[in-house]
This record gives sequence, structure tokens and C-alpha cells, in this order.
Amino acid sequence: MSQGFLFVSVLLASMVEFVEALTIVLAVGITRQWRSTLLGVGAATLGLAAFVGVFGTAVVAFVPLDALRVVVGGFLLVFGLQWVRKAVLRAAGRKSLHDEEAIFAREREEALRAGKVGPGMDWYAFTVACKGVFLEGAEVAFIVVTFGSNAKNIPLAVLAALLAGVIIVGAGALVHRPLSAVPENTMKFGVGLMLTTFGAFWAGEGIGVRWPGDDLSIPVLLAAFVVLAWLAVMAVRPRPAPAPSAPASRAQA
Amino acid sequence: MTYIKAIYAFWYDFIIGDDWRIAAGVVISLLVAAAAANAVNRSLGTAALLAGVLLTIGYALSRSVRGKG
Repeated sequence: MSQGFLFVSVLLASMVEFVEALTIVLAVGITRQWRSTLLGVGAATLGLAAFVGVFGTAVVAFVPLDALRVVVGGFLLVFGLQWVRKAVLRAAGRKSLHDEEAIFAREREEALRAGKVGPGMDWYAFTVACKGVFLEGAEVAFIVVTFGSNAKNIPLAVLAALLAGVIIVGAGALVHRPLSAVPENTMKFGVGLMLTTFGAFWAGEGIGVRWPGDDLSIPVLLAAFVVLAWLAVMAVRPRPAPAPSAPASRAQA
Repeated sequence: MTYIKAIYAFWYDFIIGDDWRIAAGVVISLLVAAAAANAVNRSLGTAALLAGVLLTIGYALSRSVRGKG
């Protein structure tokens, strides 16, 4: 069961990051130059693949399992709680929703202001695409290595991330605009809760706590966090301002 | 030096994020839970970890709602 959860968690988390990376790549590619943009994407991808290959292998081969679970679980817990905090605030209306269309428009505007595009290499397009893909991809790589190493199945985690990339890039290539129809805010909420669940479970195993039913407690933990997150959204939602009281009648009947 | 600062800023932002109190809360929760699990019993460790996680996110949310984070 945990392999299935591993696959779905990495798939969803990766899809969220790929949507964000795609927005940046589309904005720069459409506004400036596709060749330089795609070279930037390629450079970032190679760097990330090297990171996952080297770091992931080293972590699995050399780090004792308990230490791995505590450190990796702890990082996932921090990551997950950060996402959950923002997602609860967005769902409660306390923070603006993540809007890919607005980000796309802003990136296009900045790309236009960066000067004319020449016939050779466009370093602005290369740098922005490389940096954007690397930053978003670093989160994918982090999730692949942490989930994969804890489940002792990095290849499955890599497969899930690649599938996410194929789905999102394929959809982006078809529509040729940011994927604003993807329910990104809802997905971030779900992914944050999954990262929190797996982080708590693995870190807990590493420090020696007892999870009733072992792996079977993962879906129970997730369900509990979902309910608590929903209660948190209700709790932090702004209260409507009380209606002003009617002025006292001057003339009594 | 700027390059080193940029790398530090990237990793800080990546790992700690925009609220260091969450990272601190997680570390404290793990330490308390580990002590409870190993010194008393494992189920107490579980309860301590879950309580720590809930207190951490509750505190972070209350600060955000009050406009302090």
C-alpha cells in the first residue's frame, strides 16, 4: 500500500511544480525565443538529474535507515506544514489564491522589458528558464529523493515525477498557455497534507514512536490531518462584520 | 561572497521557508517525542509527536491571522 501512496504523492506534488515551471517557460518562450528557452530548460534538467542520481544513491547507500527517516521525515514535515499553512490561509480567504494567469502575465511583461531579442543566444530567456525550472524542479527532486529513499524505491518515485512531467508538458504543448484550469490550490492543499503525513510517519518511525498497524496508520493519519485542516480553515475564516445597530427612534409612538 | 549568500538564501528558503517557527516547532516536537518514546513508552512518543505537530501548525496559523507572519 505504501508504494501506491508513494507513487500518487510524488505524482501530485510533481504536477504542481511542473505547472509552475511551465508557466515561466511558456511566458519566456512565447515572448522571447524558444531555442534559448529550451536550452535553459535542458541545462536545468541535466543539473537536477545529476542531483537526484548522485545524492539519492548516496543517501540510500550510506545513511543508516533510522537516521535517514528522522532527517528526511523532519524535512518533509517542515515542507508539508509550510504548504498546509499557506493552503489553509488561501482556503479561508486570508491569502490570495495562486494564480498562474497573473504570474504568466507578469513574467511576459518582465520578458518584454528585458530588451530586444537578437538572432543568436538570448541569455535572458536561457537564464530565466534555467532558473525557473531548476527552482521548481529542486522541489520535485527533493520529493523524489525523500520519498524514494524512505520507501527504498527511488526508481518508482522518479517514474512518478517523469509521468507528471509528461502529463503537464504534454497538456501545455497542446494548449500553449498556462494551465490555469488545473486546480492548483486544491492540489497544493492535498500535497501539503500528504507531505505532512509521510513526514510525521517516517520521522516518527526513525525516533522510535509506535504507529498502530504500521503502514496501515498512514491513511488514518492522512484522514485525521484532512479533518483537522478543514477545521482550521473554518476557524481562521474571517468573521463577517456585525451589522450596524439601527439608530434609536427619536419619536416614540 | 554574493554567490555564497545567494546559495545560503536559496537553501534557507527551500528548507526553512518563510516561517522559521515551523521548522523550530518540528525539531522540538521530534526531540520531545523521541525522549518520551525512549524513556517512557512508544505510544506516549506518538502522542507527543502528533501534539507537537498540531501545536506547531496552530501557532503558525494564529500568527498569520494576527498579521505577524
